[in-house]
Amino acid sequence: MNPGTQMVKLTYREAAREGLRDALARDPRVFLMGEDVGHYGGCFAVSKGLLQEFGPERIRDTPLSELAFTGMGIGAAMGGMRPIVEIMTVNFSLLALDQILNNAATLLHMSGGQFNVPLVIRMATGAGKQLAAQHAHSLEGWYAHIPGIRVVSPATLADVRGMLWTALEDPDPVLIFENNTLYTMEGELAVDAGPVDIDHARVLREGSDVSIITYSASLHKSLAAAETLAGEGISAEVIDLRTLRPLDDATIMGSVAKTHRALIVDEGWRSGSISAEISARIVEQAFYELDAPVERLCSAEVPIPYARHMEQAAIPQAETIVATVKRMVQSHG
Amino acid sequence: MKNKTKQTAKVDRDHGLRLLRKMLLIRRFEAKSAELYSAMKIRGFLHLYDGEEAVAVGVMEALTPEDAVVATYREHGQALARGVSANAIMAEMYGKQEGCSRGRGGSMHLFDAAARFYGGNAIVGGGLPLALGFALADAMQGKKRVTCCFFGDGATAEGVFYESLNLAALWRLPVLFILENNLYAMGTAICYAHAVADIAPKAASHGVQTEIVDGMDVLAVEKGARRGAEFVREGNGPYFIECRTYRFRAHSMFDAELYRTRAEVEKWRKRDPIASFFDLCKEQAVLSDADMEELERDVAAEVDGAVAFAEAGTWEPVEDLTRYVYSEGRPR
Ligand SMILES: Cc1ncc(C[n+]2csc(CCOP(=O)(O)OP(=O)(O)O)c2C)c(N)n1
Repeated sequence: MNPGTQMVKLTYREAAREGLRDALARDPRVFLMGEDVGHYGGCFAVSKGLLQEFGPERIRDTPLSELAFTGMGIGAAMGGMRPIVEIMTVNFSLLALDQILNNAATLLHMSGGQFNVPLVIRMATGAGKQLAAQHAHSLEGWYAHIPGIRVVSPATLADVRGMLWTALEDPDPVLIFENNTLYTMEGELAVDAGPVDIDHARVLREGSDVSIITYSASLHKSLAAAETLAGEGISAEVIDLRTLRPLDDATIMGSVAKTHRALIVDEGWRSGSISAEISARIVEQAFYELDAPVERLCSAEVPIPYARHMEQAAIPQAETIVATVKRMVQSHG
Repeated sequence: MKNKTKQTAKVDRDHGLRLLRKMLLIRRFEAKSAELYSAMKIRGFLHLYDGEEAVAVGVMEALTPEDAVVATYREHGQALARGVSANAIMAEMYGKQEGCSRGRGGSMHLFDAAARFYGGNAIVGGGLPLALGFALADAMQGKKRVTCCFFGDGATAEGVFYESLNLAALWRLPVLFILENNLYAMGTAICYAHAVADIAPKAASHGVQTEIVDGMDVLAVEKGARRGAEFVREGNGPYFIECRTYRFRAHSMFDAELYRTRAEVEKWRKRDPIASFFDLCKEQAVLSDADMEELERDVAAEVDGAVAFAEAGTWEPVEDLTRYVYSEGRPR
């Protein structure tokens, strides 16, 4: 950021919208398509006003046809356009999974390097709004299992605006996961905030006793937990992974080498999760740095329930992060 | 494809009272639900059926208790008309364990085994193949039952709709398809989602017996549904009814309604299924204003009772969070 750059107050939702506006204004090949992105204004109001600003050629309301319009995005990307496909939520992306996995992720390899797919797919993810089990899952970790796509998950205003830009410049498919509880989060951002890298994790808070490795909505819970822990004399380092595939091993291992303890906080289910992958990598690459076993806080292994107290009990919370870290630090101090 | 024109049907008093009461119960129950949503007692997504009551009420008249019902996330109307208790539905939306899904489903996921009410599906089109499966199971077990599946115009753009029509027709499955065509899928008008906006011929082109009814006219819906249910029950294969209707309120509580005009909504409100049916009953001198007043009192008492029941309900203990992921009492 240039010194003297003007800062503005805005929400995560507005920052996401600014990212879309940047992209549409900058590159005539860019267009947005998905359900209710136009006339309705976007199911989470992210694309509100863009139809009026950019017209129906570039802000395209699709029928409820996730499989078809996602596949169409792949074809359009290969055909010279730079589509942004919006899928309302990750649960609905399962209707398009065939195209994402069997086409977007494989075409470059299957064609012997001839055809790349410069497609961006955005979708909302996560629990916390009492939307129950068909609307609230966190499947980004699943997608991170798939070679051939990149998976990013912006937790900050700068990232939700800037990652889209970088993703659109990528020659390969990028999936962007926006946690639905973050849309109302407020913050400050430079008016001319631009692209950000999507290759590296970021240490958002430095610490020396434990590394809390997390992403998306859980980042903010982890930061709050770190603040509480600081008050009790425990110094937690907090890492925002930002990109779930490929993982930035260097940043993770660098932090573990410093703190010697790792807690991974992940809103996905525990079994076979991205947290399991990170844990395995720490054990593989930094085992001798560890003063305590790697720990994980994940969602309970249930479909996300509707009732608020049950939903909140199902997902990681700042209090559970605090308690876990205290236990890790005390029992292995 | 038949396109039945409206005849002025004769209503008898009991029938009129029953239909009117059910529609009124849905209307009042949902108006209260909207209030409770604003009061933050009900959370998540809340999709109201306001304006479409004649569809669920008319269709349920044609079903027996043995038949099965599969609905969408906009299913308070179907659930109430099917006889799921208002208490259990309200408690569900409060998230209380006395709710029909123990508070795990909320407004979009009402289930009731006793009523053979199988949800409550919030994946658009997700209920269609499920309904086919119930029908297949019935057919294979020689049970003469109907599976009735509700879905919206939006769902008819999904691939699963065409796959389901084809399979149902191919295997002559006992499914009664009920399309609730309210002209919008969220904020996307049918003209932006369908190259051919007439949906019924698409079902017909798969070899499914099809008819179109006025979904604002409860008697027309009932007649069509009786024809359809009988056709299905007699083993003739699936039957498809397009009910032309309209939702008076927003898609959900999170909708600024930027996509349609007030004038359009007002125009449809003039065809209110409850008011127009009551008018018809009055014209035929089978019901009076006094009857309506009594119904209103009766329905208000039921709705108040449901709220009191939900308020008095209890929260499921957090220790039970991981129950019902796998069946209990599994043989070992
Ligand atoms: C597969 C899937 N895609 C998108 C959504 C989000 N969504 C919920 S309701 C809806 C509109 C459905 O319209 P329609 O089928 O006509 O039913 P209506 O809401 O009008 O009753 C959409 C897009 C969803 N729930 N499931």
